[in-house]
Amino acid sequence: MSKLTLIIKREFIAKVRNKSFIVMTFLSPLLFVGMAVLIGFLASMNKDSVTQIAIHDEAGYLKNDFKSDKHTQYVDLSEMPFAIAKDTAGKNYKGLLFIPKVAALPELDGKVEYISDDSPSMEFITNVERVINAKITKENLDVLGFDTEKIEKAKAKTSLKLSKFSGEESLKGLNEIKVAIGGFMGYMIMMFIIIYGNFVMRSVIEEKTNRIIEIIISSVKPFQLMMGKIIGNSLAGILQFMIWAVVGALLFFIASSFFGLQMGASSAVSPEMMEQAQQAAGLSKVQLYINEILNLPLTLMLVSFVIFFIGGYFLYSSLYAAIGAAVDSETDSQQFLLPIIMPLMLAVYIGFFTVINDPHGTVATVFSIIPFTSPIVMLMRIPFLDSSHYWQLIVSIILLFATFAFVVWFASKIYRVGILMYGKKPTWKELYKWMKY
Amino acid sequence: MSAILEVQNVIKQYGDYTALNNVSLTIPKGSIYGLLGPNGAGKTSLIRIINQITIPDSGTVLFDGEVLKPEHVSAIGYLPEERGLYKTMKVGEQCLYLAQLKGLSQQEAKKQLKYWFEKFEIESWWDKKIQELSKGMAQKIQFVVTVLHQPKLLILDEPFSGFDPVNANLIKDEIIELNKKGTSVIFSTHRMESVEEMCDHIALIHKSNKLIEGKLNDVKRQYRSNSFQVGILTNNVEGLMYQLTQKFTVGQTNFKSLNEDLKLEVQLGNHNSNELLSILTEFGQVTHFVEKIPSVNDIFIQTVSQ
Repeated sequence: MSKLTLIIKREFIAKVRNKSFIVMTFLSPLLFVGMAVLIGFLASMNKDSVTQIAIHDEAGYLKNDFKSDKHTQYVDLSEMPFAIAKDTAGKNYKGLLFIPKVAALPELDGKVEYISDDSPSMEFITNVERVINAKITKENLDVLGFDTEKIEKAKAKTSLKLSKFSGEESLKGLNEIKVAIGGFMGYMIMMFIIIYGNFVMRSVIEEKTNRIIEIIISSVKPFQLMMGKIIGNSLAGILQFMIWAVVGALLFFIASSFFGLQMGASSAVSPEMMEQAQQAAGLSKVQLYINEILNLPLTLMLVSFVIFFIGGYFLYSSLYAAIGAAVDSETDSQQFLLPIIMPLMLAVYIGFFTVINDPHGTVATVFSIIPFTSPIVMLMRIPFLDSSHYWQLIVSIILLFATFAFVVWFASKIYRVGILMYGKKPTWKELYKWMKY
Repeated sequence: MSAILEVQNVIKQYGDYTALNNVSLTIPKGSIYGLLGPNGAGKTSLIRIINQITIPDSGTVLFDGEVLKPEHVSAIGYLPEERGLYKTMKVGEQCLYLAQLKGLSQQEAKKQLKYWFEKFEIESWWDKKIQELSKGMAQKIQFVVTVLHQPKLLILDEPFSGFDPVNANLIKDEIIELNKKGTSVIFSTHRMESVEEMCDHIALIHKSNKLIEGKLNDVKRQYRSNSFQVGILTNNVEGLMYQLTQKFTVGQTNFKSLNEDLKLEVQLGNHNSNELLSILTEFGQVTHFVEKIPSVNDIFIQTVSQ
């Protein structure tokens, strides 16, 4: 067995046997599902609660226009004198909507007041304003002698139909799906780099503080040790992801067969109704969405994911290894970690803010080619790519791997010197000097 | 006697700092070679070059007549001064791993480990983690790992630090036994008494330069002052002193003795020791007559403080 293989094996086993690794592998999916359930639960709790709002409408202009629904209940306090209504509302209700008496309805513009100690949600304000505006507009139109019903009929309510040159109908929201898929892949890479980069760094620091490092590098080259660490840790990470994928797929399978059975049971009762329900619910559209997703360049996405994953992870984790070698303890590593995390964060923000608007715009294109951000930004762009952009993909990959080769060389220089330096926290200047040793 | 290791004109610089300034050494096969020097003299830099951890800026190192190359790591056993092991790894697995890194096959490593673990009676430690062992116990494991692959050259940097006297002795005996079987040893330490006891060759490095190198006895001869410490029981001190100062330089000295004798240090100059002895016997009973041999400690301090 070659020395590199030996090191990879040891690093992998050391990582995988670690209790925290085992716990994280099986706990994270549970945590993830738990969080999703919790968020869902909290959201539904919020929806179930009913907000009671009092209305004091002096002239009775609008009180019938505010309709109570599941979430908001309007209570009419117009009969009470305003002072008492205000007092009552302050004690018993969330707020009081005060509609003063004016000479003519249009004068109400800007005079309606909402009194509450809580700041109301944007949704509520928009809703109230919409009701008031509709009422005043209708009144204005009536005064001007327009037939509001005719106007209503004359209003166009178009919905843009989307299709491709090939003639297929395409769907609204597909852009969002593509962004979601690309974003998910980019985000996964970022998380993996940060988590497993840190593992590599810790492993290097551990060897330093254990003082075993000099024994090891009298047998192997520092470069071999560094690469062994990076590869061994990444294999452990890939194993973790694979376990999650298998568990996820299993859960998905169980869940879908469970719901599938239920659906089958109900369809056995009345097949015609099911069919109607399906059409009514627009299930054919869901089918269309699934087809669209299947039409995405899945192979290209998968292959690129693997390539950018390996390139990006190796690029960053060799930097993590160099930092681990330069410092004596994890607390000292912070100042050096910032420049590593920054491009990762930048990449994710660029991905979410520019790729979604304009996947082939200048910003998205440039950052999908720059090596330190390309693994994330390019992956987010990949669902949008067509053959005219493949040259960018190729340039991006070549640049990524060229930079990777350079960074590994650079990191191994710092690593080589750093692992034998004890006692003091190096400065940036000293790191630069180490390059020349 | 051919050399196991030849260091030729090695220069190593770290930035502006010169760690080794044109250092040459010859380590004969089968010797126990003491590499001496104060802290920061350049010993560790030199040892790291021999272990191919760093490369010299210029100069060459020959191992057994060949220019040093990666394959040689399996013929060298290195016990660094700053040493440790993976704390959470089991002793057995760790030893196997380190042995395989040195190029042993798994079977061979197991066989050798069995031999050493039995020899040191530490078989029961196999499944323990290093963090469960004491510092001295971990040091024993480190020694085993260093010699496991039967290296031709052992490089030991402060090997006895961390050992209690019993285990230090055990390790010392092992080193001597390995040496008898043909292993050459480079021995870097500040403990001069162990140098005196074990080494047959020494070199002294100070401020990046080699100052002394050679057989221990040759070096001592070079540093001998040609003076004798004598003790005599006499009634005629004045007469004796008069006679002695005619030929020699005489001074007071002190050594342990059970008698109330006169203690002198006599510089022979170009006379021989018999002349001194014959004068002494004229005046009384000689209780002490020893040539003053410089200890390694004396040589070390004298050279370094020059």
